[in-house]
Amino acid sequence: MTGAFSSGDRVRCTFAGKELEGTYITERDGMAVVKLDSGYNMGIPFSACTLEEHFSITPAKGPAVAQDPSLPPLSIVSTGGTIASRIDYRTGAVTSQFDADDILRAIPGLEKIANFSTRVLYTILSENMTPLIWQELARAVYKEIRQGAQGVIVTHGTDTMAFSAAALSFMLDTPVPVIFVGSQRSADRPSSDNVMNALCSASAAVSPLGEVAVVMHETSSDDCCAIHRGTRVRKMHSSRRDAFESLGLPPIGRVEYPSLEVTLTKDAVRRRETEPALHDALEERCGLVYFYPGMLDAFSGMKGLVVAGTGLGHTSTTLIPGLRELIDGGTTVVMTTQCLFGRVCDRVYDTGRDLLKAGVIEGEDMLPEAALVKMMWVLGNETDPEKAHALMKQDLRGELSRRSVL
Amino acid sequence: MTDYEALGLKAGIEIHQQLNSREKLFCGCPTVLRKFEERDGEFSRYLRATESEMGEIDRAAKEEMMVLRKFCYYTYDTCCLVEYDEEPPAPLNREALEICLSIAKMVGMTPVEQVHTMRKLVIDGSNTSGFQRTALVAMNGTLPNGGAIDTICLEEEAAQRVEGDTFSLDRLGIPLVEITTSPCMRTPEEVFSVAEYLGMVLRSTGRVKRGLGTIRQDVNISIREGARVEIKGVQELDLISEVVRREVDRQQNLVRIREELRSRGAGVDPAPVDVTGVFAGTASSILKKAKKILAVRLPGFAGLVGMEIQPGRRLGSEISDYAKKCGVGGIFHTDELPAYGVTAEEVAALRANVGAAEGDCVVLVAASADRAACAADQVVYRAQMALEGVPEETRRMLEGGSTSYMRPLPGAARMYPETDVLPVRIGSEEWDAIQVPELLTVRAERFVKENGMDPVVARQVAYSEYLPLFQEALDQGIPPNLVHRTIFATVKEVGKETGNDTSCLLEPAVTIPVLHAAQEGRIAREAIPDVFRLILEGVPVNEAISRSAPTISTGDLEAIVRKTVSERKEFVKSKGMASLGPLMGVVMEELRGTVDGKVIAGVLKKEIQAALKEE
Repeated sequence: MTGAFSSGDRVRCTFAGKELEGTYITERDGMAVVKLDSGYNMGIPFSACTLEEHFSITPAKGPAVAQDPSLPPLSIVSTGGTIASRIDYRTGAVTSQFDADDILRAIPGLEKIANFSTRVLYTILSENMTPLIWQELARAVYKEIRQGAQGVIVTHGTDTMAFSAAALSFMLDTPVPVIFVGSQRSADRPSSDNVMNALCSASAAVSPLGEVAVVMHETSSDDCCAIHRGTRVRKMHSSRRDAFESLGLPPIGRVEYPSLEVTLTKDAVRRRETEPALHDALEERCGLVYFYPGMLDAFSGMKGLVVAGTGLGHTSTTLIPGLRELIDGGTTVVMTTQCLFGRVCDRVYDTGRDLLKAGVIEGEDMLPEAALVKMMWVLGNETDPEKAHALMKQDLRGELSRRSVL
Repeated sequence: MTDYEALGLKAGIEIHQQLNSREKLFCGCPTVLRKFEERDGEFSRYLRATESEMGEIDRAAKEEMMVLRKFCYYTYDTCCLVEYDEEPPAPLNREALEICLSIAKMVGMTPVEQVHTMRKLVIDGSNTSGFQRTALVAMNGTLPNGGAIDTICLEEEAAQRVEGDTFSLDRLGIPLVEITTSPCMRTPEEVFSVAEYLGMVLRSTGRVKRGLGTIRQDVNISIREGARVEIKGVQELDLISEVVRREVDRQQNLVRIREELRSRGAGVDPAPVDVTGVFAGTASSILKKAKKILAVRLPGFAGLVGMEIQPGRRLGSEISDYAKKCGVGGIFHTDELPAYGVTAEEVAALRANVGAAEGDCVVLVAASADRAACAADQVVYRAQMALEGVPEETRRMLEGGSTSYMRPLPGAARMYPETDVLPVRIGSEEWDAIQVPELLTVRAERFVKENGMDPVVARQVAYSEYLPLFQEALDQGIPPNLVHRTIFATVKEVGKETGNDTSCLLEPAVTIPVLHAAQEGRIAREAIPDVFRLILEGVPVNEAISRSAPTISTGDLEAIVRKTVSERKEFVKSKGMASLGPLMGVVMEELRGTVDGKVIAGVLKKEIQAALKEE
């Protein structure tokens, strides 16, 4: 019976001794989900329903949004995520299947900020991102800048947005802003943060900024967005609008809403007139392990390994011989801290000193995720181990600072 | 007398009742209301209409979107991220579903086999998410008048408006049942009795919230010549028939206006005229402040815009309600001018400026350019509808029972699935296990039959929130009149006298031991208020009882009674047994409530009989 109807069909159902009419939506756990004329959905056995008339749901698309060519050219590269999502009524789940043009329609006001060209690179959930996709994304953004975009907006799922932002920070030498944006509360709700985040990201993309950044809600209110450096940002909450935070460095700017006024801190890298450069080699055989008490073995077979250690950057003493073996076998091992805030210092306790003796590199105040992405990039571009080690301890894209300030 | 049947009145009601569940419908927060000053934070948001799964935008939502409003929300330590719309909802509250199913079973409904939670688009700010979660739970029940109950839904309560665009989040998410009847009522009185019946059914569960605001009625009304209008938020049951009567009047008057407009050949000039210059030197503060003043000419409308259509409401009020959707304060119209600082000369200049004839009415809107243009369009829109008669609308009840326009009737496009909540299966096992509570009317009859209670008292007890306490006392063998007097009178009196909150006295652990003590004669019935006063002062229940125990022995009591009788022998002789009453007063006065009145009466009766025998 399941195949008897298709979404949109008018069906007649017998229920509670009455005849009901409605629209067939989907099958769910063996039941027919029918939308009654009151708007309510209900699950009803297929045997109680008969086909009245065949229809199909074709959501009407509005007209294309008119653009103003006198405004600065911006490019939207979409990869998917909640900012551009729609309900899939067959599965009931929220999936990303908007193209970038839909975004212009969905975010009224964008057309007043810039003249947009749009490019759909992927429509995937961000948990499905890979280093290979980061590389393609870097090339795509590079191409947009080469073709004259004064700024690029990357729409992205929030789960792994910080990884992608860090990856582009290392791979791309950009003279214009490259802004990652997403939404934490899905676009299918009137309270979604998508409109405000998108407008703020567009405003940041035409601002004097000249680096890779993430623009997302700064508070639970719809009052301003923070501009985070791509190598310093982290998703710190599973669901809140203000999940994204800069760690180890305050946000490099802010966009007020609804005025869309942008302010940048003195740390923010400014827009330049130089040509963009692309260094898109990545060493994929790099891993990130989260140390836990009782951990028996570290990863093997890796070119590089980031350890998210405890406190100042520790693992258990018993794990150290394993790490030494990896290092002796040619693996680069960098220590970071799962405290996220603060600097690794392996010179305070014996464990740390033993880790250093084994050849572990202190990751300073880098975020574990940023350190992983950086390691992929460093090992992808530098074959001399000693030089690679030095690069890992050096500030390349604002991911690492020499001094920790209050 | 209006002949409602002849007018073709059709009315149905929707009853919204808050459930007294432990937790909210989609999170673990308690279902308690808070005082605004207890808030621990605020945040602000904007809301935007979204498309339904069919790709449409609801027209009511579209109208709310005319002005993008910033909403402010108060937060409390009894709210969580779900109310803030910062976290996905928890699964549907099973306790609330069970209460809902038990109500459905009481009125003979059939449960939906697979319950789907929907999002009902509401972007007036009362829901942080921009939608109200609601689920159709059961269908097709019956009413005593033979009418049908179409549906029962389980919904989350909206946030409470503090003022303007500020809302308080304590109420958001409290479970509600919504019972919708078919349009099966034909008179205002019938609407009242159906609403009263359903209220009784809901209270019979013993699991709904009580007090003002915990139950709200919406009424759907139409007459044959009119249109379906939904009136929201009738909180007092006593007003419900008045609301129906006034709505019938309103629809009849709008029909009369339509007929008059048609006979006059009236129309609407769809092009507003900029008359800002006409009022350059005006004394009207509202017009003086405005950046833009637009006039809409309504040929043939003169006198009708100012016509009263229900107490305190004119056609002009209706037009004004529509204009207000654009963020203007209201309208001026020539049926009520000159007034409000607008002079006769200005009115004449205005009429000349827009080319209005004597039979025309001119409506003014004054605001910023954007808002004035939006409001003028709304004036044109509503005036055109006057030519058609009664528009379909959602309306809000005003004090006294008149109504104002709220928004268009919502369509199916405002509903789309809540994908964060999984459907719930109601199997026959679950349905069979649902208990059906006894109706309060049946319970009251039982009190009369089984306990010999007065029918009025029995009804008062059955409908009261203290029914469980009453029943428990009865089950423990305490006589109904003692329980009734204590719960419904004594506690209230003590509360009034001391000015204290007496709810703690109505806890079974307090009331029952006190009633036992009185029943067993350990304290006098008259001493119950003293016991309660001590408890309110913080004295433990048992100590309060023992402190109030009689201080005189049976022998002492008999001596006092004997003395009283012998001092009044003449009186006793002349009145016989009828002297019992007056002498009771004398003895009670002396004993000051330390001995139960019943005990005194027994002793006194014996002594009087003895005295009479002596003769």
